[in-house]
Amino acid sequence: MMIQKILPPKNEEYLTLAIETSCDETSAAVVKNGKKVLSNIISSQIDIHKQYGGVVPEIASRHHLDNINVIVKEALDSAEAQFEDLDFIGVTSGPGLVGALLIGISTAKALSYALNIPLVGVHHIEGHICANYLEHSDLKPPFLSLVVSGGHTHIVDIHEELSYQVLGRTRDDAVGEAFDKVSRVLGLGYPGGPAIDKLSQWGDPNAVDFPRTYLEPDSFDFSFSGIKTAVLNYINSEKQKGNKIHSADVAASFQMAVIQVIVDKALTAAERMQRDTIVMAGGVAANSLLRKIMKEKCAEKRIRLYYPSLELCTDNAAMIGCAAYLNYMKGRIDWLDLDACPNLKL
Amino acid sequence: MQQLISHSEQETNKIGQAIAEKLKKGDVICLTGDLGTGKTTLSKAIAKGLGIRETVTSPTYTIVHEYEGEIPFFHFDVYRIDDINEMYEIGFEEYLAGDGICLIEWAERITDILPEDCIWIYMDYGQKIEDRILRINKPGFISKD
Repeated sequence: MMIQKILPPKNEEYLTLAIETSCDETSAAVVKNGKKVLSNIISSQIDIHKQYGGVVPEIASRHHLDNINVIVKEALDSAEAQFEDLDFIGVTSGPGLVGALLIGISTAKALSYALNIPLVGVHHIEGHICANYLEHSDLKPPFLSLVVSGGHTHIVDIHEELSYQVLGRTRDDAVGEAFDKVSRVLGLGYPGGPAIDKLSQWGDPNAVDFPRTYLEPDSFDFSFSGIKTAVLNYINSEKQKGNKIHSADVAASFQMAVIQVIVDKALTAAERMQRDTIVMAGGVAANSLLRKIMKEKCAEKRIRLYYPSLELCTDNAAMIGCAAYLNYMKGRIDWLDLDACPNLKL
Repeated sequence: MQQLISHSEQETNKIGQAIAEKLKKGDVICLTGDLGTGKTTLSKAIAKGLGIRETVTSPTYTIVHEYEGEIPFFHFDVYRIDDINEMYEIGFEEYLAGDGICLIEWAERITDILPEDCIWIYMDYGQKIEDRILRINKPGFISKD
């Protein structure tokens, strides 16, 4: 990446094609001026089979190579845009699965080269945070961000646009992963987040006293491996005693323990950094208990709380388009040597 | 087969460090065992024993995490792999052929494409709630103390 002089938009406003393939979802979006989402196509939401004429049996979500061209075309078509209208390409360059990232990056590079337009690599977590700018036009740094998803659990301080300080992260499992694993144990299936969220509404969150792992008193890091094991140990020991497992109670108690730690850490971090705004992002930001408790606590402390709509919580390319635009406007542009970086640091 | 019993997470950590001491470039460690038997705990301890300073986090979501160290360490979790072809797509063969150490959680799901001389570690629950049984397919692999 190098700071470069930026070109004026081809039409009145900048048009970005953004691509995201860091994990399971293949996604492409067309975003105008980094703010207006003209299209946001996510592989799990469209019927790829139909595009193949309905003859291909199972196409796994991770088959980015099969999906990418169909998704890019769909993104342009829904936005009623042509390749020639695009001003630059944004793409997730990390962190993530290297083979998955490479498919997005190679596509982005090919388009950048063929159309002779710039390329902007984006950090996946930066994208998640930027999802909020797409829906909250009044949001401006400084703020504190809580990024909670299947693969990430981060507390990040943003003191100005594009400037990120990671205050804490998970030391073992991501929070969404803990939900998935406990869901698996309770036989609720995948993805675990929505399943546990739903079942918990019928359970007593105080039924089982699962441990709250806060680590060192001044740490904003997380650890969710212990609570997963605690849930397993609880279930095994109840079974040994011949007791019936009340799944709803276990789900509700687990969820409460996890959410309490997250909320406490986020609020303490906001206080430490003297931030009056907290921004949630990532798939777990859709959890109803997290939203409810965060709303209550933030109201008590007079902290403004933002989070994206469900579609922009999960992995999507629109958020990458927004982040790419912000980087582009600062002249942060990549060359064709942009590489997938599985361990990219924020 | 070498059998070890761990009574706590701390003991599992010690076993992991002892395993790390025996590892060399190109080794492939296959971990199997139910959820909560301590696969990630053991993986973290092995990584620590190999001198990896970075925090080793669970690779469940992204399938593989790479760590730089004196010997590179590649940490896989293949639980979410439905089709062996997905392993080729993520470049599994290149990791195997590389000069690092591969550790694979839920390795039994990809047995068909594993090399023959892997170090297998089977993890299981023990009698007490905190107990874990570890069985290694190489007799006397680590010294008991």
